Amino acid sequence: MSFLDVRNVTKAFGSLVAVRDVSLAVAKGELRAVIGPNGAGKTTFFNLISGFFPPSAGSIVFDGVDVTAMPAHRRVALGMARTFQITEVFPELTVADNVRIGAEVAAGYRLRPWLGAAERAALRRRVEEVLTLCGLTGKADRLVNELAHGDQRVAEIAMALALKPRLLLLDEPTAGMGDQETYEITQLVRRLHRDSNFTIVLIEHDMRVVFHLADRITVLDQGRLLAEGTSEEIAANEAVQAAYLGKAA
Amino acid sequence: MSAVTVAGTQRATRNPLPLLVIWLVLLTAPYWLPLIGGYTALGTRVLVLGLAAMSLNFLLGFTGVLSFGHAAYFGLGAYGTGLALKFLTTSTPLALILGMLLGGIAGAILGALIVRRRGVYFAMVTIAFGQVFYYIAFRWNTLTGGDDGLRGFARQPLHLGALTIDIAGDQVAFYYFVLLCFALAAGAMGFLLRSPFGRTLLAIRENERRARFLGIPVEFHIWAAFTLSCFFIGLAGGLDALLNNFANPRELHYSQSGDLVIMAVMGGMRTFWGPLLGGAVFVVLQDYVSSQTENWMSFVGLLFVVVVLFFPRGLLGFLQRRGEA
Repeated sequence: MSFLDVRNVTKAFGSLVAVRDVSLAVAKGELRAVIGPNGAGKTTFFNLISGFFPPSAGSIVFDGVDVTAMPAHRRVALGMARTFQITEVFPELTVADNVRIGAEVAAGYRLRPWLGAAERAALRRRVEEVLTLCGLTGKADRLVNELAHGDQRVAEIAMALALKPRLLLLDEPTAGMGDQETYEITQLVRRLHRDSNFTIVLIEHDMRVVFHLADRITVLDQGRLLAEGTSEEIAANEAVQAAYLGKAA
Repeated sequence: MSAVTVAGTQRATRNPLPLLVIWLVLLTAPYWLPLIGGYTALGTRVLVLGLAAMSLNFLLGFTGVLSFGHAAYFGLGAYGTGLALKFLTTSTPLALILGMLLGGIAGAILGALIVRRRGVYFAMVTIAFGQVFYYIAFRWNTLTGGDDGLRGFARQPLHLGALTIDIAGDQVAFYYFVLLCFALAAGAMGFLLRSPFGRTLLAIRENERRARFLGIPVEFHIWAAFTLSCFFIGLAGGLDALLNNFANPRELHYSQSGDLVIMAVMGGMRTFWGPLLGGAVFVVLQDYVSSQTENWMSFVGLLFVVVVLFFPRGLLGFLQRRGEA
């Protein structure tokens, strides 16, 4: 059985079917890219996996646990962490506090009125570890809303990492970034995958990023699964080319 | 300034000076208040309403949820304490605790029904529930005294073993009793806000969606914050009943809830102590201007408009900004 097993999910909003009968099987340690033209249903598909809303039909199994009807915060407790296409952070808190809240929740402290000295020290180490991994050490004490857009997106990834996730869902991590920032975040995702062995599912528009990073690629078009395969297979797939060119034309 | 703000940003080194000044002012108030034309009970009233506004702000400023019905839990604390003294006990602290429990438990029950609402709907539902309690207090003549308010009880001296403290007759002793309660409640709130639990509330205030996808069950945490806030404001209400030896049904009315929101916003809702300052300004203006004209509320309203327009972070928020610059 796969690590993440999405089986025939459908999501309808009234008469609009945003995702229709899509399946996805991700192995442990895999980096999977989900691509597709605008309106293909990528983000809706992500919202189904992460528990933003339940599917109209189909099921989602994560590491052997059926999470189809599970609320988002419990999926997080199981080890699913996500970022958003439009950066979602705590703007008026410091970068360190943004990460720290995630680390505290992951440690099971969310209802704790106080922490012991040892617990606090362990948390501080954990926050430093995540900040170092993401290259944010020098910006730990800055408010997140004072950071450049690219750094805010990295901070959001850092928050997700603080949860010690077993599955990382990244919704267009390079959205709205310049070339240099795109390169840096690509390197970060690559490190997370290659060095830290995170299982990652990522939505991405930038084909350079996708072909550079992904083990396998899933292509959605108009809410349906269009193709799945390696970079080479997808690049050579005529249906995929038609979907993209058809949109361009 | 984190010693004062607790607002989440702990980047500045802790400066103990503002905190020291606040406690020094509060501890010495009975001695300097008469010198500037005040009186001790006015200081007590500032503490009581300041605590009420700080309790509301626990929810408004630090969880990001606006309750427009908090006067109800203030009033429940007042009636609970008054009724306990009238019918159940001669112990002032016990009556106070019973009043606080009444406010807090009512908050816990109603909070469970409210927390799924957001924004304006949350505010409207809190008003609606608040008004229910107002009409109960206003109408249930046999128990609450109805429109006339609850009378026939009085705070009793404290007996601590051999020592008796006359908080019933001695206004200064009563002030220090209220200050002790205030300090315990403010200390508890400050402590909670610095805890991991407190940071989940800041997280919800900052970005509910992010909080949810960080593994925080948002509704449950808002409920917990609402309930705690109702316990604290119930305590403030109980102290108010002790201060006046009287409980007034108008204290449950939504206009009183509005006054508390004004105090919190005017003082600075992103600061821990701002609502106390807002409460002080409100109470002193009320006391002074109402002795000159019946339309004192229009002056408070005018000041509120000026603060909101020119000092959007409130009076204390403005002072802190200047302090940082």
